[in-house]
Amino acid sequence: MAQTDNNDKNQAPAVDIGRPKRPLRGKRPRKKPAPKTKKQEQGDDAKLRPAAAIVPPQSVAGRALTLVVAIMSFLACLTVGAVSIVWDAADAWQNDLVREITIQIRPTEGVDMLREIDKAVALAQEFPGIASVRAMSDAETKALLEPWLGEGLQLDGLPVPRLIQITVGDPAVLNLAQLRNSVSQQVTGASVDDHSIWTSRLSAMAGAVVAGGFAIMVLVLGSMVLSVVFATQSAMAGNKDVVSVLHFVGAEDSFIAREFQRHFLLLGLKGGVSGGVAAILCFVLVDLLTRQGSGQASSDQLSALFGTMSVSLPGYFGVFAVVFLVAILTALTSGLAVKAHLAKVD
Amino acid sequence: MIRFENVGLRYGMGPEILQDLTFQIEPQSFQFLTGPSGAGKTSLIRLLFMSLRPTRGLIKVFNRDLSVIEKQELPKLRRKIGVVFQDFRLLDHLTTYENVALPLRVVGKNESDYRSDVIDLLKWVGLGDRMHVLPPVLSGGEKQRAAIARALITRPEVLLADEPTGNVDPPLARRLLRLFIELNKLGTSVVIATHDIALLEQVDARRMVLAEGRLSIFD
Repeated sequence: MAQTDNNDKNQAPAVDIGRPKRPLRGKRPRKKPAPKTKKQEQGDDAKLRPAAAIVPPQSVAGRALTLVVAIMSFLACLTVGAVSIVWDAADAWQNDLVREITIQIRPTEGVDMLREIDKAVALAQEFPGIASVRAMSDAETKALLEPWLGEGLQLDGLPVPRLIQITVGDPAVLNLAQLRNSVSQQVTGASVDDHSIWTSRLSAMAGAVVAGGFAIMVLVLGSMVLSVVFATQSAMAGNKDVVSVLHFVGAEDSFIAREFQRHFLLLGLKGGVSGGVAAILCFVLVDLLTRQGSGQASSDQLSALFGTMSVSLPGYFGVFAVVFLVAILTALTSGLAVKAHLAKVD
Repeated sequence: MIRFENVGLRYGMGPEILQDLTFQIEPQSFQFLTGPSGAGKTSLIRLLFMSLRPTRGLIKVFNRDLSVIEKQELPKLRRKIGVVFQDFRLLDHLTTYENVALPLRVVGKNESDYRSDVIDLLKWVGLGDRMHVLPPVLSGGEKQRAAIARALITRPEVLLADEPTGNVDPPLARRLLRLFIELNKLGTSVVIATHDIALLEQVDARRMVLAEGRLSIFD
């Protein structure tokens, strides 16, 4: 046990470290402080910042990274919005096509066309799931052929096929194969066209757009993740002293990772929300502009293709999901990057 | 408590800067670690604190062989050891109070549970009126005392102090020394690395002298 050699020997009082009642002797002589009033004590407590960040926020990442995250989030949200518009449009086209079937009756030698048309109409009307059946009149058929054959056409003298337009009430109830069989067997020269070629092409196109949108989103989020990894590594390098102090006061790696993660989650939320809000503003603006410009040739073409250029509710949900994903990805990435960094440091 | 057996240390492919160190830090013991500048005192302190691993030999810390301790277990062992660095290593963006409370925060204690302990300890080291001040505003002696308070707040079993009086004037050095002696009386083993001869002469304690990488012990 140590002993002092000088006059201070044995002067130090045996005080409990946790509950010291008086200062060590030999300290700088000080005036006895006046007893603190209750107000002063409260003032002392008020100055304490129990939740002060251990890792200084300004040292983690500046506005540049928040801006990068915001831009990435904006691009990802735009992709989601665009995919939603195309998906909705394709869905609408597909619905229209699925609900329409045509029976074509080719003229056959020695067969009364009008009788066959009536037969086909009667047959189709019996099928469950069919909403309406309408044979196209002579005038309508003429109008269809007019661009090719000119005005004043006499249908009787030409082997022109006739069309019967069927509107499907409930595609789920309709047995299309049976209808096709019955029509081809019972009506001479008749065939059923259900536009399946078009619907399959449309769904393939919509699928390609969605896949493309998803790929773009993955790329955008991937580059955001990489930016966050670099930013985390630079934040770790900038806070080397803080990490070293935390290590020697006995902090576990998970604690240190959490301290960094907290900042990045906040940063991800800020960036994600600003990007998302900007994207939503864009959607609203485009919607307003297309509505305002209706009647003009360019906007009419857009409307013809996509219906209204407005993002549907699932699209907005997608934007919220992207914002959430951006924040979580930012925090998770930074946490993993910190742990990977700490694993290298002994 | 801490036992070294034939411990050697080299950095990279360089020469061995610590050779064949064999000694033990006993419970409630008080010792000086001394030697000329560059003799390896700080490296030895880092070995004691497990922030370096030896290139050879055996180190046992609280009866655990350092060579087989998992990295994840180190924080728990380090919490039993308080360290005071020559350059204080206070976090400049945290107040004195927050710096001293840091070891308690990292173990997940609630601020309301430790507040009075931290304030009492700060008063005990004479920083009662400086607890809301950021370290850049503190004098060298105040920083040193804050660093000591941070090392003591968890009531460690061993206190390692690297040149704790290197930045203070002789009267304050004497006061800090008395603080360490007081701690030692309360049951903490103390290792003070210093090359301050005046400080050594004030206390009749075990001396571990490092010279040219080898250790001589004078009980």
